Amino acid sequence: MKQFAYLGVLAVCLLGTGLLEIFLRARVYRRWLRLILTLIPVVLIFTLWDVYAISRNHWTFDSSYVTGIIAIANVPLEEVCFFIAIPICSILTLEAVRSMRSWPVGDEVVAESGDEQ
Amino acid sequence: MTYTQLAILGVLLAVLNDMYLLRTKLLTRRIFWVSYSIIIFFQLLSNGVLTGLRIVRYNGDVIIGSSTPIDGPPPMFGDGRVFFAPVEDLFFGFALVLLSLTLWVWLGRRGVQRTPTAGPPRFRNGNVKK
Repeated sequence: MKQFAYLGVLAVCLLGTGLLEIFLRARVYRRWLRLILTLIPVVLIFTLWDVYAISRNHWTFDSSYVTGIIAIANVPLEEVCFFIAIPICSILTLEAVRSMRSWPVGDEVVAESGDEQ
Repeated sequence: MTYTQLAILGVLLAVLNDMYLLRTKLLTRRIFWVSYSIIIFFQLLSNGVLTGLRIVRYNGDVIIGSSTPIDGPPPMFGDGRVFFAPVEDLFFGFALVLLSLTLWVWLGRRGVQRTPTAGPPRFRNGNVKK
């Protein structure tokens, strides 16, 4: 089971923030197309960074805590999952705060008033 | 380039993207900073597990602090570490979060699934703005 440690951390993050979708009605997963279109460039850019960093030995992974599945160019599957999971958690947090507070984000249907809330 | 340099560059590019390229200007909004302060708390926790258990190990040549030790956890604070993680991870995380939120908001602004909007929370049951 130890080899699922890294994935487990990500799973906990997704399960925790998943509650925001349900109880705060964040409606992030519900807007799945917008979510996927957000994730594509993020995953590409940060995976490239990871490819470079791993090739230059910036960081390494304890082989006993990862599955050993390589996504691309020595980048573990877990890293790509990280670049999917963390943006999802972040967007869920933003939308959960919006659900609670109704502060402007900049994508409202009404034209922006230009205030700085 | 070192991780330190790349992390700073990443933040700069994410900021330029938000402020001048996609012009979402999230950095000027209260909702961004409130959300980010929640995110960073949980980021420190989850990244603390990944770095404290040495699931991810860092090379001291490319960060401010020293390499992750071979025989034990890195310092929780000090030697360039914040809650076990290199301080560079905070910059990396900021760039990742800001880019993600910028793209999400930009797409919404462009009309990609702007609706259904978030809220109200279940426990409030609809007496606040939709």
